[in-house]
Amino acid sequence: MHELSIASRVVELVVEQVCSAGGGRVAAVTLKIGALSCVHEDALRFSFNLVREETPLANAELRVVTVPVVIWCAACGREVTLPGIQKFACPECGTPSGDIRAGRELDLESVELAGDAAAVEAAKGRII
Amino acid sequence: MIEPRILEVRTKILKKNDELAREMRERFVRAGVLVVNMVSSPGTGKTAFLKQALARLLARGEPCAAVVGDLETDNDARRLAESGAPVRQIMTHGLCHLEADMVEKHLEGWDIASLRYLFIENVGNLVCPTSWDLGESVRLALLSVTEGEDKPLKYPGLFNTADVAAITKIDLAAACEFDRAKALVNIEAVRPGMRVFETSAKTGAGLDAWLAYLAERRRALVDGTPPPPRRSV
Ligand SMILES: Nc1nc2c(ncn2[C@@H]2O[C@H](COP(=O)(O)OP(=O)(O)OP(=O)(O)O)[C@@H](O)[C@H]2O)c(=O)[nH]1
Ligand SMILES: [Mg+2]
Ligand SMILES: [Zn+2]
Repeated sequence: MHELSIASRVVELVVEQVCSAGGGRVAAVTLKIGALSCVHEDALRFSFNLVREETPLANAELRVVTVPVVIWCAACGREVTLPGIQKFACPECGTPSGDIRAGRELDLESVELAGDAAAVEAAKGRII
Repeated sequence: MIEPRILEVRTKILKKNDELAREMRERFVRAGVLVVNMVSSPGTGKTAFLKQALARLLARGEPCAAVVGDLETDNDARRLAESGAPVRQIMTHGLCHLEADMVEKHLEGWDIASLRYLFIENVGNLVCPTSWDLGESVRLALLSVTEGEDKPLKYPGLFNTADVAAITKIDLAAACEFDRAKALVNIEAVRPGMRVFETSAKTGAGLDAWLAYLAERRRALVDGTPPPPRRSV
């Protein structure tokens, strides 16, 4: 369950961001998780719910953007997206490649700060 | 009235670990010590393999040391210390992987520059250690013949982030009906071009080839030759 360590780092980083932004409550946190990052999304959500209690993230929504693996295919001369993570070869021409261009992300992308109650309701109204 | 707003952060979640690991790697390289991070499932034979490697290096007059991560016991450290090398145990108390600061703390007081090789035996786990850079120059993934040939396909992340692989316990290959060709194909599928050593801690098979590889990597490190492409994106 290394997801617990990762969720703790996320909360730490977000709290730092909130402090330097002058405080506030967090409405949502967006993470970018590569297919090769070895992070299990359910375990991460479970861990996030544990570690965010009594922090400005207590009611934050966790958004996870999954990034597929992209490799460089020398034969095709371009980047290609892999359908899975079990064969590091070009899906078009079959050439093996260890030149990974995406898929290892473990990134905190953005933090959405909530406004005051009225603003939050208004914002919700706009989104829905 | 406070408006909701979005802070674009775009930072690595493990930034702190990555930064410390980078600093440690620079320190190790400057000191001329090759650091190897060993990852595998529990029971693959990391300790047995490492004990042999330490003993052989010492017999050749090559100073080396090890730190070993384990959930609760110091058994592995005691086993490794029988080789004669300095060894320290990192007890993680339930944490399923080592992090850079734990390694750094356990190196305190050691004269790193007096070493040529430093080995880090990670906690036995096929998933969790992969995301944590420990400042190593070489990451070794181990797979034993008793685990089945499809481990690399089941845990591609671990093999894909490794620089080199070892198949361990090959003395048991026949008894386990280990399909060597299939294992090699699977490793190649998830990490094209990775070198694989076939070893036995019991018979000593493959150990000299492994140590020759380490010597080559260390020479390149001391000469300042850039290392082969690594896992970082
Ligand atoms: N026959 C044979 N047995 C081995 C070999 N290497 C390890 N073993 C046995 O496999 C078992 C596990 O070996 P360890 O070296 O403790 O494995 P490990 O990967 O360090 O295990 P953890 O630290 O718990 O993850 C022990 O009983 C060893 O004696 C080998 O090359 N041949
Ligand atoms: Mg061990
Ligand atoms: Zn191609």
